[in-house]
Amino acid sequence: MRNLVSMMLGLAALILISGCKPKGAGEPASPFSSDVAAKVYVAPGQHDEFYAFLSGGFSGQLSVYGLPSGRLLKVIPVFSVDAEKGYGFNEETKPLLQTSYGFIPWDDAHHPELSQTNGVPDGRWIFINGNNTPRVARIDLSTFETVETIELPNSGGNHSSPFTTENNEYVVAGTRFGVPVPQKDVSVETYSENFRGALSFISCDPQSGKMSVAFQVLLPAFDYDLAHSGKGASHGWTFFTCYNTEEGTSLLEANASQYDKDFIAAINWKKAEEYVKAGKARDFPTSYYHNFYDDKTHNTTSEQLKSVKVLIPADCPGLVYYLPTPKSPHGVDVDPTGEYIVGAGKLSADMSVHSFSKMLKAIEDKAFEKEIEGIPVLKYDAILAGVVKSGGLGPLHTEFDANGNAYTTFFISSEIVKWKVGSWEVLDRAPCYYSVGHLMIPGGDSKKPFGKYMIAMNKITKDRYLPTGPEMNQSAQLYDISSDKIQLLLDFPTVGEPHYAQGIPADLVKPKSKQFYSLAENSHPYVTKSEDQARLERDGNIVHVYMTTIRSHFSPDNIEGIRAGDKVYFHITNLEQDWDVPHGFGIMGATNAELLIMPGQTETLLWEPKSEGVYPFYCTDFCSALHQEMQGYARVSGKNSGIALKWWTGSAK
Amino acid sequence: MALALVLMALVYFSPIWSITLIAPQYPTGITMYIWIDRITGNSPGTLQNINILNHYVGMQMIEPESIPELQYFRYVVAALLFLGLIAVVVNKRFIYLSWVLLVAILGIIAVYDFYLWEFDYGHNLSPHAPIKVPGMAYQPPLFGKKTLLNFVAYSYPYFGSLFIGISIVFAFLSSWFRKQKNYVR
Repeated sequence: MRNLVSMMLGLAALILISGCKPKGAGEPASPFSSDVAAKVYVAPGQHDEFYAFLSGGFSGQLSVYGLPSGRLLKVIPVFSVDAEKGYGFNEETKPLLQTSYGFIPWDDAHHPELSQTNGVPDGRWIFINGNNTPRVARIDLSTFETVETIELPNSGGNHSSPFTTENNEYVVAGTRFGVPVPQKDVSVETYSENFRGALSFISCDPQSGKMSVAFQVLLPAFDYDLAHSGKGASHGWTFFTCYNTEEGTSLLEANASQYDKDFIAAINWKKAEEYVKAGKARDFPTSYYHNFYDDKTHNTTSEQLKSVKVLIPADCPGLVYYLPTPKSPHGVDVDPTGEYIVGAGKLSADMSVHSFSKMLKAIEDKAFEKEIEGIPVLKYDAILAGVVKSGGLGPLHTEFDANGNAYTTFFISSEIVKWKVGSWEVLDRAPCYYSVGHLMIPGGDSKKPFGKYMIAMNKITKDRYLPTGPEMNQSAQLYDISSDKIQLLLDFPTVGEPHYAQGIPADLVKPKSKQFYSLAENSHPYVTKSEDQARLERDGNIVHVYMTTIRSHFSPDNIEGIRAGDKVYFHITNLEQDWDVPHGFGIMGATNAELLIMPGQTETLLWEPKSEGVYPFYCTDFCSALHQEMQGYARVSGKNSGIALKWWTGSAK
Repeated sequence: MALALVLMALVYFSPIWSITLIAPQYPTGITMYIWIDRITGNSPGTLQNINILNHYVGMQMIEPESIPELQYFRYVVAALLFLGLIAVVVNKRFIYLSWVLLVAILGIIAVYDFYLWEFDYGHNLSPHAPIKVPGMAYQPPLFGKKTLLNFVAYSYPYFGSLFIGISIVFAFLSSWFRKQKNYVR
């Protein structure tokens, strides 16, 4: 009996103790006290309210999610080859990865940015930067395919990119690494003397979207980190943060963190246009690639460019000003009115907000602290609008809602802080799991934030999901920001490492989404528009196979006359004209990948059989009830065999 | 009568029949429109898509070029319009009624002909079809709804047929109005 009593007492104590255990990080909101689940529930067959585009970081790709459900809709290959889609493996898309260094199968894609009309995302295109081999890509949002890549000369590490101006007059780029301009063999110890930092302004054709490097501004070799273009009153200016104004080249974690303040470089690009017009730009010889995909020819055209226009600040007064900003600023974010420029000093607790109108006044009053290579450094006190006393540590990046509030991520204190633009008071804060990098509010860096939701892109995942060994997907978190209190709704894993994202109401994109390509408009040089035109042609050791697909067969599906050592180009046209009927093509021993051909499209796979035999090929994308029967054979004969080209479907011709 | 002829002429501008196929994978359906001289659909690829589906069960390809009715029907309608104009000139009740009768008989023949084509497409199946369901025929309904394997087929007259119908009514009425006018005179 006594035993029983002491046992019960012990049990009660245990319950008490466990009841007192400190609330762990990430305790979910009680399902009984909120309607959290209902807020992210998108019923089967229903569509999400927003598209979200999250960069893939080191995956080199761009992933598309629906919000608020967090459902993954598509991964768009951009800077990295994608065997799944044949991207970078088929002959049509290989040139999109062409650079002055040759064909590059990978890059690090950081910041997506939607095209804008009058400062508001318009859903036509989305741009994204390649960080490692400096490039910018454009993705067409009627097809969700990469249609253009442009390389940036005189750059090393295109990080501060590709932020657009109000009407895509320019998509900007800036080098994170100072590099010798032009490149040459010099000692790193001659950094200050030989290295430069180039900021690039890429013009974008208002109709076609076609990009071209309009001019570069050559600055001291600080590390240009992030950017945003002005809007409203500040339209005509672009702001770039930089760190390492110490110009260190080794052990930067200490050597680039010595000065109390680094800079935001303010570029007056309207002035730059005047200088270019006035002939002040110098033509620098260089080499860079521009690659452009056409969805009628289904082919990419590459051009190699040999010269770029460069503006030197010393020749161009009024072109560049440096705004002193504390502690190695990362994000530079312009509020929807265009008046406030928020610099996030990533090694500090507080954030300095500059005033655009004060900046203009300081320029007018010549309130300069000093000059660096002809670039005036404005007086910090003359341009400061206010300081956000956040109470957090390590601010990185700020976005805005439609009600005059700002939301800043804090990497070190792992949280998002909401504050009031103008009064700088902190209104609310929400923890992030764990160590948030960037955040995104649909339209949150535009003139018209759509608001409602916010996602945090976290750098550390740890225990948020079922473990998958040492390597885990990174994690995003969705918050409801429609009321005064930030409310955590959902965790969802992301592809690669998102460094930034964009969001847009689905209605601005959905109606324009293409269902298939018109076969009648297909002008691919190797198109086969009907089965009776299917054929083989030999030109020396090159064989062109004009092949078609339609449910559920290839035409031709039996091929003879190929010889070992031939280069065989399978030009496959998908004759289907219906939504969601792609066909795939895989052939045994191919050293590249498959083809995945959309209805009305032509794609080409190069196959180089080395030895005699009979090689099966088949459709890789489940197309119909008789998909498994969609197969054929290619016979490969000896080099000197006299076997003539022969092909048939159904019965031998 | 003039109105009757205008309505009759409108069949050049509207399909006379529509067949819609709905299946789980085709939530919005595939609709085929039959005109007096061609076959179209709710998308440019409709006919190809229907032919692809049909070939699995061994149905023949629908090729508008090889359907003679689609070649000469436009001339039949032209002839009817011409006869109608003659009826207006002659302006006799008997002539009007003859025209009405002629159109009605031709209409019935056309619908019967349409039924024969449907019967042929639905029953005359290739012995090499990948999917063979014993006892199954794929004749779409002439009028109404019918389940054909995974598809539900809906077949109804379209505006063109409606125009012909109203045209007949107007022609019939005009024979009476003509009489009344004579009476007054």
